[in-house]
Parts: sequence; structure tokens; C-alpha cells
Amino acid sequence: MLMNKFAIACALGSLCTLQVQAQQSSSSSADAIAQYRAMLADGNPAELFEAKGEELWKTRRGPKNASLERCDLGKGPGVVKGVFVELPRYFADTGRVQDLESRLLSCMETLQGLDAKQIAATAFGRDEQKNLEGLVAWISAESRGLKFNLPQSHPQEQKMYAVGKRLFFFRGGPYDFACASCHSEEGKRIRLQDLPNLTKNPGDGVGFAAWPAYRVSSGELWGMQRRLNDCFRQQRFPFPGYASDVTVALATYMGVNSKGSVSIAPSIKR
Amino acid sequence: MTTKQSFNRKSLALIGGFGTLAAVLVGCASLPSDAELDAEARAMVRASFREQGIAKLDRIEQDLAQQACSSEQQPDEATTKRIESEQLATVKWPANGQYLGDWREGEKLAQNGRGMTWTDAAGSPSGGNCYNCHQISKAEISFGTIGPSLYQYGKLRGVSNPAAPESAAIVQYTWGKIWNAKAYNACSGMPRFGHAGVLNEAQVRDIMALLLDPKSPVNAQ
Amino acid sequence: MADPMRIRAQAQGGNAVVRVLMSHEMETGQRKDAAGKTIPAWHITEVNAALNGKPVLSAQWGPAISKNPFLQFTVKGAKAGDKISVTWVDNKGDKRTDEATVA
Repeated sequence: MLMNKFAIACALGSLCTLQVQAQQSSSSSADAIAQYRAMLADGNPAELFEAKGEELWKTRRGPKNASLERCDLGKGPGVVKGVFVELPRYFADTGRVQDLESRLLSCMETLQGLDAKQIAATAFGRDEQKNLEGLVAWISAESRGLKFNLPQSHPQEQKMYAVGKRLFFFRGGPYDFACASCHSEEGKRIRLQDLPNLTKNPGDGVGFAAWPAYRVSSGELWGMQRRLNDCFRQQRFPFPGYASDVTVALATYMGVNSKGSVSIAPSIKR
Repeated sequence: MTTKQSFNRKSLALIGGFGTLAAVLVGCASLPSDAELDAEARAMVRASFREQGIAKLDRIEQDLAQQACSSEQQPDEATTKRIESEQLATVKWPANGQYLGDWREGEKLAQNGRGMTWTDAAGSPSGGNCYNCHQISKAEISFGTIGPSLYQYGKLRGVSNPAAPESAAIVQYTWGKIWNAKAYNACSGMPRFGHAGVLNEAQVRDIMALLLDPKSPVNAQ
Repeated sequence: MADPMRIRAQAQGGNAVVRVLMSHEMETGQRKDAAGKTIPAWHITEVNAALNGKPVLSAQWGPAISKNPFLQFTVKGAKAGDKISVTWVDNKGDKRTDEATVA
């Protein structure tokens, strides 16, 4: 309908500009937020985390005094470019489907001799968790501009998608919320915050394709693990374990749904 | 609404049919059955969550309403009816027959989105979260759109005197809806504020006043 | 020790546009922690920039500047190959200098 009207207006020539102006004046709060993000993008402090992460990757650390440079993130030991847009994926050595954070924990344990369980139990923004912020910032930045293309050939990957979908719709807690309560319809918002529909591909740099991100409000770099953790907090759920299977399954569901959309991570969010 | 739902169900059944056909053709490759995946999801939830602060593990134990509304598909008609009647039976009606409180307090509750997260202290009062999902007063432009607009809620329903007998049906429905939204729509996205203990009776009264008092900004502006 | 800054300096028609990201908490001194105790102020108080060692910018900062601040300025007459250095000092006396070459 709208398209038709537009075509007619254009056929009349002089009305064209009028139509365009009308469309521009309908700029919503969403546009204002987008404009705010564009203004911030030039000085996105995520860069500070990226720099730290790149150095951490190459630094010998832990009881084994080793760097992470031989860590296999899915494309062979040491390959960083392009790995982020294909995670979570199945890893034969651990026999598990892993997202970026859970895979980094495996590498920190096997290569550097650090205690993965202890790191997973550490509060966000502290000690080794702070290091993980840098690592996910840098590793995701090395896939910036690439399209999501999670593998779905291994039965475990297919299973994680199917289970992830179930978890996305899983209602619980005193408010009866599921992920789907807020993220399964187009054009909805909480207060003024637009909500991406994560049961489909919400588009380039939206939803799954916007994380990790620098949060201006907290001045911290949030990976997908922390993003999901805060979603569950607001769903009034109990605490999802860091890098636990629920988080990896949900990331698999959202990541596969985002196939073909461009990653802008690490992005900047208010 | 009903036509759309039954249409959706029909097309889902159709897709389901194709799915079975495809599975037969490729020899039912490797994916476990639906029931096995359901069990796997439940086991994963148990293994992945731990309690934190006031958010204990009983929160992932689902009741029938939660369990039946945990997929893209709506539950069948019998289950829907059963949920709605069971939930209606839980509604606690106001002890003294007093349905409306103070709309000013109701507005504060509607604005307040706090409560019941693992970062909230035990015993700290919860807000109503109303503006997160609903338009309510005209003055508040920062409102969500997950639920329908409640602006002029009472006025549009012809409630000029909430105490009058002709208002009783709407007044009671509104109380029931806030207390337990699943009594009227099994898979409603709205929390069961009274039933789940998010809000107490006095707080529900205040929110009732916000929606139904002719003097509240919801109806007066 | 403080983390390094990220400095980019781009030659542009006889000038250089310098963009600086600094890594700093910028605690205002007005916030309280979970226990209700005031978190002490900790923020940058002074920023200086130099072109080939010659001062070109001097600024006094306070608690109103955001965490991990971003600063952009233009240096007249700077050309490719010139050195831009930026120094900050905070209220605890910590200090950091980083340098970049105009590209």
C-alpha cells in the first residue's frame, strides 16, 4: 500500500520531495537513539578493551606460562579472524558446543593452566573476568563486518539449536517471563527501548549481531554471556551459570537465526 | 483473534506434516525426538541455573500455566480452559469489598519496575512494572508496547462511578486481571501480580484506582 | 599502572584531527557503594597535548567527564609524520603519556 502511494507520488514528479519530507519528519525516538549511537561510535571505548585483549592473547600467563596463541576457536590453532561469526560451534576435543566465552575458558585451562571453574564463578568485571572482557572485545572485532554463519552440520549443533529454541520459550519465575515474552514480535518496545525479534533474523548489527558491546551506562564491555545474564536477572530467574549449556544453547538459537546478518561487534550501547 | 489463531494452528499442522515427510525421506537422520529434546531442555535448565540472593531454584519449577505456554504453539482448548478456570479460582477478591485505593499511589507503582530480581534485597517492595509494557496516562510518554494501551481505561468502558452496580463487571474483571491475568487468557504475557505475591491487596487497589477512578489522569485527561 | 591511550592523528588539509580514547574510571566522588560508603573521587584533572614537543592544548578536567573519556581536537599546521603526544594527570597523582604519529 505505502509502496504504491510512493510510486504514484513519484510519477507526479513534484510531489516526490513532499513524500520524502513527510517520511523524514516521522523520525522516532528510535532514530534519535540511533543518532546518539552514531555520534558515540567514533569514540567507542570498546577499542580500549580490544587493545587490552590483543595484548592478553599474546601474553604468557598462568601456571603454564603460556599465551593463548595456540587456542583453537574453530578455524584451527591461533586463527582469530572470522571465528566469532561462526560461534557457538561443536569442538571435538571437549565434545561440546561452545560459545566464545566457554571456548576461551577451555583454552585458558588447557594452555595456561588457569582454573576455568573458578573463572566462571568470578563476578563480572573482576579479576580474570575483566581479562575476558578484553579478549571477547578483540576477538569479536576481528570479525567486524563479516556475516554470521554458524555451522549446523554436527548433530550436537543441531541439538543445541533445537534445545535453545525450547529454552527461548521457557516460562518461569514469579513473573512467568520467557525470552519470548519480549523478543518474539516485531515493533515492540519496553518503555522507549526497541526490542529485536530474536526468533528471526532481526538484521545487520541488531540483536545477536550487536554484542559484545560497550555499555556507556556502566562503562563496561559486555559479552553475550553478560547480556544473557542480565536478561535472566530481569526475567526474575535464578542465576545462569557463566558459559553454562543454557547460555550456549540460547546463543546457538539466536546465532543461527541471525545467519547472514553483519556483525558490528563490539558495538556501543547506552 | 480466534480466526487468526486457528489459521496459525492449521498452518503449523501443515508444516508439521511436511517435517515428518522430510524426516522419512532422509531416513530420520540424527536429531532426537521432540520428547527427548523437551527432556534435554529441562535437564539443561536444572544443570545451568543456581540460586542467587532472593532468586531461588524453585523459580524454574513450572506450574501448568507456565509449562503449557512454553512454546510457539498455544495449548489445546481443553488445557486452555483448565488453566483459566484453575487460575480464576486463585483470585483473592478484596476482603472488604473495597476495590479502589489511591490513584496517586497507583501511578507510583505503575512507574516502578523494581522488585524480585537477584539484586533486590529480601522483603523489598516490588513495583507494578506497568509502564514497561502499557501506555497508561497521557503525560508519561516513556511507555512500552508489549501490552495494549490502557489510556482512558475506565472512560472507554463507561465507568463513570466505579461503585455503581453497572460498573461491577468491569471493576471485578480488572481486579481479577491484575491479580491473575491467566484467569482470562491462559498464556497472557502479563505477570500474575497478586497470585505470585508481587503486589499485595492494598497495592492492587491503588493500581485499580489509577485505571478506574474518573479523577485519575488515565480517565480525566 | 594505567592502561595506554588510543590516539589517532589524521592529516587533513594542513591540519591534523586528533582523536584520543583514555582508559580511566573517572569516579565522581558522589557515588556510594553497596554498603552505603562514599566511593572516593578518582578522575583526571589535567590533559595536555603537544605537537613535536610544543604544547598545543591544555585542559582542566573534573568529575563531570565520563568514564573512559573520548577527546577530539584539531591541530593547526600539523602534517603527516609529526608527533602528537597526550598526557593526563589524575587527582591521585597518577599520570600517563602516549604518543602517535600523524598519518
